[in-house]
Amino acid sequence: MNRINLKLQENKKLLSIYFTAGFPNLNDTVAIIQELEKSGVDMIEIGLPFSDPLADGPTIQESSTKALENGMTTKLLFEQLKDIRKSVTIPLLIMGYFNPILQFGVEHFCEKCAEVGIDGLIIPDLPLTTFEEEYKTVFEHYNLKNIFLITPQTAEERIRKMDSLSDSFIYMVSSSSTTGSQNSFGDNQKNYFDRIAKMELKNPQIVGFGISDKATFQQAIERQKGAIIGSDFVKFISQNNIANIQNYINNLFI
Amino acid sequence: MNYQVNENGFYGDFGGAFIPEMLYPNVEELRQNYLNYINDADFQSEFQQLLKDYVGRPTPLYFAKRLSEKYNTKIYLKREDLCHTGAHKINNTIGQILVAKRLGKTRIIAETGAGQHGVATATVCALMGMECIVYMGEIDIQRQAPNVARMKMLGAEVRPATSGSKTLKDATNEAIRDWINNPTNTYYIIGSVVGPHPYPDMVARFQSIISDEIKQQLFKKEGRKSPDYVIACVGGGSNAAGAFYHFLNDENVKLIAVEAAGKGIDSGESAATSVLGKIGIIHGSKTLLMQSEDGQITEPYSISAGLDYPGIGPLHAHLFDTQRAEFIAITDNEAMQSGLNLCNTEGIIPAIESAHALAVLETRKFKENDIVVINLSGRGDKDLNTYIDYFNF
Repeated sequence: MNRINLKLQENKKLLSIYFTAGFPNLNDTVAIIQELEKSGVDMIEIGLPFSDPLADGPTIQESSTKALENGMTTKLLFEQLKDIRKSVTIPLLIMGYFNPILQFGVEHFCEKCAEVGIDGLIIPDLPLTTFEEEYKTVFEHYNLKNIFLITPQTAEERIRKMDSLSDSFIYMVSSSSTTGSQNSFGDNQKNYFDRIAKMELKNPQIVGFGISDKATFQQAIERQKGAIIGSDFVKFISQNNIANIQNYINNLFI
Repeated sequence: MNYQVNENGFYGDFGGAFIPEMLYPNVEELRQNYLNYINDADFQSEFQQLLKDYVGRPTPLYFAKRLSEKYNTKIYLKREDLCHTGAHKINNTIGQILVAKRLGKTRIIAETGAGQHGVATATVCALMGMECIVYMGEIDIQRQAPNVARMKMLGAEVRPATSGSKTLKDATNEAIRDWINNPTNTYYIIGSVVGPHPYPDMVARFQSIISDEIKQQLFKKEGRKSPDYVIACVGGGSNAAGAFYHFLNDENVKLIAVEAAGKGIDSGESAATSVLGKIGIIHGSKTLLMQSEDGQITEPYSISAGLDYPGIGPLHAHLFDTQRAEFIAITDNEAMQSGLNLCNTEGIIPAIESAHALAVLETRKFKENDIVVINLSGRGDKDLNTYIDYFNF
């Protein structure tokens, strides 16, 4: 069974962390993943940097620009990850924009993901219909889960459609925003978390965008299965040593 | 061959809507409504009235006698440079602001490179009394100070795009982000035939007035509706899309799309996307774009800020792919000389973008009886400093 599905079966709320591969230093990728697992993180999204990340705010954009300046490439990421499954067991996903994957070759990309032990992909600008018509079978062949994003504006019918096409979890964008642009959750978000929970989807939901501390983390996991921290962690890692990751994670729970 | 967009938003292999879910509701709302609006009689009457009384259409189709003698062929210039605000851009912003009004939006955002689309957007927002925010690369803000001032005078807020290369593509990214963060009250007026479906089709339709007028005007002057050639410059490609539109299915009309070669195709400083680009995704559209082997979008270069875009609209990628249009790349130097040549022979100072289209006269021999229509997409006032620096006037 896919590691994501196994993890989702555990009777606990999940913490997922996003970071940009090759940032702050080109060869930090593996060390960050290992330290995150050691710190008790349940799942990791490895950001494949892109020159023009439309859905991301300034923090992740800047980290991507820096990673590319450092020399990060798709090929290099797979080289860095080639032995990752010797030391890391938690689910690993790659989050990236479609163009670099398209240039690498979608099937070739999926093949390399399977080879190094990636469990799922989050590609914000891969349209639902394109996935369904052109890539679903390729993803399935390599046992890769495709993660769809929903927002407060996503129509119910469309959420149902994504639910039917998914077999792991649904990425709930907490509010209508790019990454890193919210600091707290208001009534709108709480109502949205409630509304989605009541839909009783077959896939659990994990909330991302706008989670930056213990308070927002707790709010996000109240009705949903877990939460993803991205920009805030990227900001942290740009200013701290990898050895301090444990403290960062502990602070979310204490 | 069909050159219109299909029901999925594609021109052949190109187009579509490769957008994050956060943009989907807005783009989908537009997709479901734009044709109904455009085909509505009230909309058309308001649109045509504004084009006539406010923009100053129809723009002349001018027989350039001295230019024709010089190149020994029959050259007509479609005078989009005489539009209000100085370029064809306003045809599209008038159309889109009417769409925005019908969608009930109250806040307008736009991206701009040289500032022409920003000025055209600020103008229609002032006309309609709507809030206007224009994203412009920090570097472009420095290079195009007069247009920044014009936008401010027209009541727009100009926000610098400070990410990435701080130019047009980054201004576009910032505008898209603004739309993601303001999903209900905001409408995004894209300035070219780029972006996710339905933008390329919608913008082409608003600009198609150019070829519509060419047909009628040419008939009066020459007794025929179709020229032998239509020549237009392509950055994103909106003026070319408009000038080609009603001739796309008339294979007797040869279409020439002119890209900016910058300092030369192989110089590393170029914007000739059809030569240097590969298929990929930029700003929500699958099209030809300049990118690294790894799929990172690269920075184009042209002396002309309006052609300085790393992609071309999906319609143009399709016209290139099917060879319906011939693509020619013109260097900075060729364009500047041709711009000056038009000043001297016809008393018209063209935008440097349009000067690229004029430069085809130097590289291509036309027959004496050929009717060649060149779309003079904009006037050169905005480029005076560049002309001055280049020629040391």
